[in-house]
Amino acid sequence: MGGSAILVAGIVVLKLSQVAAPALEKLGLVSYLLGSDWDPVSGSFGALPFVYGTLVTSAVAIALALPVSVGLALFLSEMGPKRLRPVVGFAIETLAAIPSVVYGLWGLFVLVPLLRGTVEPLLGRFLGFLPLFRGPPLGLGFLAAGIILAVMILPTIASVTIEVLKTVPPPLKEGALALGATRWEAIRLAVLPYGRPGIIGAALLGLARALGETMAVTMVIGNSPEIHASLFAPGYTLPAVIANEFAEATSELHTGALAGLALVLFGITLLLSAAARILVRAVARGPAGARA
Amino acid sequence: METARPMSMLVRPPEAAAPAAVAGEAVRSTLAPAPKLVVEHLAAGFGRATVLRDVDLAVPERSILAVIGPSGCGKSTFLRCLNRMHELVPGAWARGKLLLDGDDLNAGDVDPVLLRRRVGMVFQRPNPFPTMSIRDNVAAGLRLNGIAGNHGEIVERCLRQAALWDEVKDRLGASALSLSGGQQQRLCIARALAVEPEVLLMDEPASALDPIATAKVEDLLHELKARYTIVIVTHNMQQAARVSDQTAFFYMGDLIEVGPTDRIFTAPRKQRTEDYVTGKFG
Repeated sequence: MGGSAILVAGIVVLKLSQVAAPALEKLGLVSYLLGSDWDPVSGSFGALPFVYGTLVTSAVAIALALPVSVGLALFLSEMGPKRLRPVVGFAIETLAAIPSVVYGLWGLFVLVPLLRGTVEPLLGRFLGFLPLFRGPPLGLGFLAAGIILAVMILPTIASVTIEVLKTVPPPLKEGALALGATRWEAIRLAVLPYGRPGIIGAALLGLARALGETMAVTMVIGNSPEIHASLFAPGYTLPAVIANEFAEATSELHTGALAGLALVLFGITLLLSAAARILVRAVARGPAGARA
Repeated sequence: METARPMSMLVRPPEAAAPAAVAGEAVRSTLAPAPKLVVEHLAAGFGRATVLRDVDLAVPERSILAVIGPSGCGKSTFLRCLNRMHELVPGAWARGKLLLDGDDLNAGDVDPVLLRRRVGMVFQRPNPFPTMSIRDNVAAGLRLNGIAGNHGEIVERCLRQAALWDEVKDRLGASALSLSGGQQQRLCIARALAVEPEVLLMDEPASALDPIATAKVEDLLHELKARYTIVIVTHNMQQAARVSDQTAFFYMGDLIEVGPTDRIFTAPRKQRTEDYVTGKFG
């Protein structure tokens, strides 16, 4: 099983590399990867705006989704009233079942006007001293894409976190309570530290989905290959540009540059899962000198 | 661990326990030791099932009460009523009085969180916080109580009291999971002692340990008795006979008999007690 998975991945990478190689040779690897100008008409192809857009939208998504998901998971498994739990659990499962194009439409019709009319002007007024929240409130942009992604990855993170919290041994929590901990203190002292590696794993699972999500992001990010510090500005992501331009890419150079972007995306997810392994292992090890 | 005792006496003289204990002191000089913990008409259960009926008993200060009985007799429920851990289980209920130095801790307006700081508990299986170091495990309760600063002195004293100091003093920063099961259990005892409880509850604290570790925990009980009031649930009648001053025998949710340990084991008044302690059933 594992072998065949590696084989398939290998074939994909090989094929993509064949398509990308002539273009990358012509453009030069460094100027391709670090170039910030993407203009198919004049034949200049730089990958940086897409890498930037992918990383920024995913970072916004995880920053918004992680606290909410962990809060929901704690509510569902530890704190909330028994009768409310199935209702909230069902609502989360429903979020997971919505097709991403529907998220995109919701984003266009509801989220983007809301951001443009209310949220972004307010953020600009109160947090405008940060470069993140400066500039005209366009609605379409990094923030819209990040919020949509947050909603989309929330069910993943929350449901995995619920499973993680179920593995916390009850005696551990009782140990904290017996010391005179309140319910919240017991969560902080016993439940969360024990579940931390699993929660990080859940977050990375959500992050992986956010990096690869195409449709909903394409519909709300504005699709312009630019790098801006402001979250209000429009941008572009790796999967979005591949989906939008591949059908119309006629020159070999353009096709090759897009295949190169696919390789870059693959590389990012690969790096991410490697980082995840290291992180989870480091966190699971706990204080120095532990054998377990 | 003889060195541990004089030092610990210095840090917390027995007289400093509580005002009510001082009053008890006067009674003690003429009469029997004052009861630290009094249980009156305690009943408990889950939903419609009753697992404990009308229990009355008193535990004198600085003594050990052993609670024995066959599985399912309600002895663990009884223990968990004493620090109100029982009511954490959904559907669980408990009625009756639970007097600690005369204060009814089962009253509706008593915060169980505050009660649990006066009544500590050690569990059947060692349950140190796995992500914390040995030092932080002992200090965990202090942090909960908002006692800031360097806990080094208290950590050392509690580890000495738990007869663990010499084994861990060179690696206080190591994970609690690097200890053996018996060491982990003594760490949990040290953790419970750090918040200076008045009563210490132990739910079969040696049942998951090997004989050597068990012997260490039993020795420790004798030392802790000098300063704490202890209630210990045990499956092991020899252990009850070895460590306790009083023994209570529970059967099917009823307290059948309670009295001095010697008498319970040599001249029980009830037939059921005799059958149980002589091994006719159990």
